[in-house]
Amino acid sequence: MKKILAIVCVLALAGGMLSACGKDSGGGDAKSDTVQIGVNYELTGDVATYGNDSVNGIKMAIDEVNANGGVLGGKQIELIVKDDKSDPAESTSIEESLMGDGKIVAALGPATSGNFRAVIPIATNYGIPVISSSATADDDITVDKNGNVREFVFRTCFTDSFQGKTMSNFAFNELSAKKAVIFGDTSSDYAKGLAANFKSNFESLGGAVVGEEGYVAKDKDFNSVLTKIKGQDFDVLFVPGYYQEAGLIIKQARELGIKQPILGADGFDSPELVNLAGAANATDIYFSNHYSSLDKDPAVVKFIEDYKAANGTEPGAFIAMGYDLGKYIVDAIERAGAADAKAIAKALAETKEFSGVTGTFSVDKDHNVVKSAVVIKLENGAQVSATRV
Amino acid sequence: METFVQQLVNGLSLGSIYALIALGYTMVYGIIKLINFAHGDVYMLGAYVGYAVTTFTGLGFFPAIIISMAACAVLGMLIERVAYKPLRASSRIAVLITAIGISLLLEYVMMYFVGPEVRSYPDVLSKQHFELGGVVVGVQQIYIVVTAVVLMALLQFIVKNTKRGKAMRAVSIDADAAQLMGIDVNRTISFTFLLGSALAGAAGVLVGIYYNSIDPLMGVMPGLKAFVAAVFGGIGSIPGAMIGGVGIGVIETLVSGYGSSMYRDAAVFALLIVILIVRPRGLLGKQTGEKL
Repeated sequence: MKKILAIVCVLALAGGMLSACGKDSGGGDAKSDTVQIGVNYELTGDVATYGNDSVNGIKMAIDEVNANGGVLGGKQIELIVKDDKSDPAESTSIEESLMGDGKIVAALGPATSGNFRAVIPIATNYGIPVISSSATADDDITVDKNGNVREFVFRTCFTDSFQGKTMSNFAFNELSAKKAVIFGDTSSDYAKGLAANFKSNFESLGGAVVGEEGYVAKDKDFNSVLTKIKGQDFDVLFVPGYYQEAGLIIKQARELGIKQPILGADGFDSPELVNLAGAANATDIYFSNHYSSLDKDPAVVKFIEDYKAANGTEPGAFIAMGYDLGKYIVDAIERAGAADAKAIAKALAETKEFSGVTGTFSVDKDHNVVKSAVVIKLENGAQVSATRV
Repeated sequence: METFVQQLVNGLSLGSIYALIALGYTMVYGIIKLINFAHGDVYMLGAYVGYAVTTFTGLGFFPAIIISMAACAVLGMLIERVAYKPLRASSRIAVLITAIGISLLLEYVMMYFVGPEVRSYPDVLSKQHFELGGVVVGVQQIYIVVTAVVLMALLQFIVKNTKRGKAMRAVSIDADAAQLMGIDVNRTISFTFLLGSALAGAAGVLVGIYYNSIDPLMGVMPGLKAFVAAVFGGIGSIPGAMIGGVGIGVIETLVSGYGSSMYRDAAVFALLIVILIVRPRGLLGKQTGEKL
């Protein structure tokens, strides 16, 4: 009995948090004139910022669609938002509860590859499509370990190997770098994948990786390795990892007098990177990202203005990716012509040239998206240019 | 050669911080034979107090470090009073497990209140760097080393030349005999926690300013390394903790500078194992014939 009481309390708390974000898991009256979509994201826990940003983007997109008359000739879209607490086990049970009552036609999220993997078996079991806007892992997402494409699993972002290749191409072609040093997080699959792909592609282009060093998440002192790197002859320093450590690496490298460009991937995308590094040190930094607020594309400019008008801040990449995900699922429902999970999965697989604020993409036979990345340059802590590559 | 000197400078500033934390371990061990695993988290709280003081009141380096030391001193005494004193008569393992519990409590209560994300310190010290014959030395590094040396000298003075220090030494040799001689053992133990925690608070602020990044779990690794430093120098010995701290800092730096950065932490803990096998009393530990 106590246990049940505890569970009820936890659910009530979680409900309280969610209701602050707007539409909540609803009663489901007026079934026929709404289309229900499940949203399973990290609203609390370690990567809560990713989840909250994504959900804010999704809500913005769906609100726009509903305000313009909904889908399938006037049906409103209802989002059923649940929190997976940044935990794979919780993701699985949340997905089960979303799909189990048979009302939703598609589910969105979670944001990270690990949590997204946890919902894949449920989606496959129920035959309801799941889409993530940010699960960038190479393996075991849209294609299973035997190389079979998962019929109901999709994503709208590029993969880690693509980012590693993009940055090595950028270093070799745009920065004319011939010698690179890699100093990466060895405690995350994300960073290890980036490092491996950067290295293999950079070497195949004709460059040389002259040094490889590693650190683990939560390290704070990088001076000794950076002193060692400083004594080497190299053109660029590639730092695959997240902003918490990358910010400190940039600070300590610049203070030791390492002046070469420092490169990274979307893990650098946080205002905190510049706070940690210090604005003056965050110069000559390049990183790949899904989207840039400097983009002058009219659709992007309108998105940024709308977001600013509603929230007062610039939208980050996860908000933009969430927004695209919201628009993308609506587009697929329209193309499917019915609120039917199987038809929607088919429409998702057949996507051609879907245009969103994070770029235009098509879905390939492996359910991966073919999409360009943006390389952002930081100068004194500010984004000064964004190049589509 | 320049690179080597540069690595020594790096190692010295890192080692000074380890030494400040290691002193707290070693003093508490010396007096009640407890490895206070919550010590690394007192250091974390010190960093957050310094953060709050510099960010919200705009005070400078010296007020921040003094307020943080005072706050940690009070916290250290409170932990001793609430968690360890009631267990004074229990087995040592019970107190040790309580210490681990307090450590987790501090980490996750802090995470509940301030969130798990890293925070950056405001600029309270000059970020200026100068080059001496190819070696880059930062003003902040000088502050760290000087502050650590001053605090350690002060501690040495308190322990060697004051009545309170004499009482501490007496209790650490034999608590019962000290009590018979009229020394208030409880107050002396509280005083020891006060000193050790204040030093950890100072280390927290120094790290916050130097590395510009604090988070609720920042105490875990430095806490363990400082523990290794205390064992290395001879647990219970104050000069040993200083030498051990600087030694571990320099070893760590040299391993990642000349060996592989991947083996840095492994090297430190391998050293712990070697010391425990070869010379369990550490560099300057006393041979007391006591079971460790």
